[in-house]
Amino acid sequence: MIEKEYAYFPGCSLKGTARGYEESLLQVFSTLGIKMKEIDDWNCCGATFYMSVDEMLSFTLSCRNMALADKMGGKMVIPCAACYLATKKTKDYVQKYDTIGGKIRGALNEVGLKYSDKVQLKHPVEILHDDYGLKELSSKVKKSIEHLKVVPYYGCQLVRPYTDVDDPMHPSIMDKVLSALGAKVVNYPLKTRCCGGSLMGTIEDIALRLNYILLKEAVERGGNCIAVLCPLCQFNLDCYQDEINARYNANFSIPVMYFTQVIGMALGLDKEKIGLQRSLVPADSLLR
Amino acid sequence: MKVQRTIKYEEELNRNFPHEVADYPGGENLWDCIQCGTCSGTCPVSLYMDHTPRKIIAMIRGGFKDDVLKSFTIWICSSCYACTVQCPMTIKITEIMYSLKRMAIDSGYFPKKFAIPVLAREFVEMVKKNGRVNEGLLTTKLMLKTEPFKMLKSASLGIKLMRAGRMNMFASEKIRKPEEITKLLDKLEEK
Repeated sequence: MIEKEYAYFPGCSLKGTARGYEESLLQVFSTLGIKMKEIDDWNCCGATFYMSVDEMLSFTLSCRNMALADKMGGKMVIPCAACYLATKKTKDYVQKYDTIGGKIRGALNEVGLKYSDKVQLKHPVEILHDDYGLKELSSKVKKSIEHLKVVPYYGCQLVRPYTDVDDPMHPSIMDKVLSALGAKVVNYPLKTRCCGGSLMGTIEDIALRLNYILLKEAVERGGNCIAVLCPLCQFNLDCYQDEINARYNANFSIPVMYFTQVIGMALGLDKEKIGLQRSLVPADSLLR
Repeated sequence: MKVQRTIKYEEELNRNFPHEVADYPGGENLWDCIQCGTCSGTCPVSLYMDHTPRKIIAMIRGGFKDDVLKSFTIWICSSCYACTVQCPMTIKITEIMYSLKRMAIDSGYFPKKFAIPVLAREFVEMVKKNGRVNEGLLTTKLMLKTEPFKMLKSASLGIKLMRAGRMNMFASEKIRKPEEITKLLDKLEEK
């Protein structure tokens, strides 16, 4: 059992395009009895765009979030892989470079906040694997998901460049979580190959090709659904299947679910409760 | 007939450029590069780049500032960090790409209406004002400023997303104390 309450940092996507991720995460955690409370008045993590314009400002934004989480006990949950990396990188740089840390601490003081490097950052998959435990998790299965042949797609931001979550090229933490629930996990060598991220909005030609490759391999490997843990991966793989089909003369129709939605299925939660109806490629054929 | 030269003379190079790049946090190991090409081989988008990551590192060290900052490579990098974790000399190539993006934006080295810097700027403006990002609104703003006719093509996706409750351009994604963000960021800039 996990006693402590986690400080939940949703990030902007989980309130928008990735609402199904938030809905399933909240449902799954409350069903499992993992306590979590949303950080009051959190702000954007800074993300990669801020990084390209002004790193200092980006670090400051993340530090404000960490200072707020610290006030709530300092165990911060970040489901968006991009927010997770932005925050983790900030923590690392603030510790490593005095010039950055000093300036930011000073600025935070001005608004009555204090940054503490004791804040712990966790992705939900780490909480389930490390803190909650796979044994406990598999004892909670209510509905068989043995018919799922899940393609585990991690993307890049959760496992790189920091390598403390898992292997940066061949991670298996989500594979283990999904296997513990009874799903068949497909061997997928492209599990950390980039989906292009925001290139879909800027240089679409490149991003469409990257996602075509990912979908093609997923189907050829025998998967009947893809599990992801990043809002951008889900968006690119789910929302552009029509366009990819038209462009590359393919006929993909493979559901792309947040890993928390797969867990929700195993826990017997309703489709609407875990936001499955929000996916553009319906997962109905997989619901039993 | 005019004689054309295909290489640069030393006076056309910027000898300070590699030091500028190496001085940014993350740029420290620039001089350790052994030009093995592991970065270019690992990179999922190097095939679209005008100069591969390996070549960019060599060009930085050679002082080819203009060519590096004008290169499409830095914008095509999707910062997936595959090169960074594979580099045998632990050079933080992705971080160097970020530094180059910032330098290019600061010095205006990119084509007009080019989407990535526009998106970066719009993003920053939105966060400065509201503290958070409304993705739908951000994408719309980007398209208006870069390729307005793309709006038509994207409209059907937008409608699908709205129906699925995944996009609401009018949702006020705003923190309660946006002035705290403004104050924080002002404080940083004044020092």
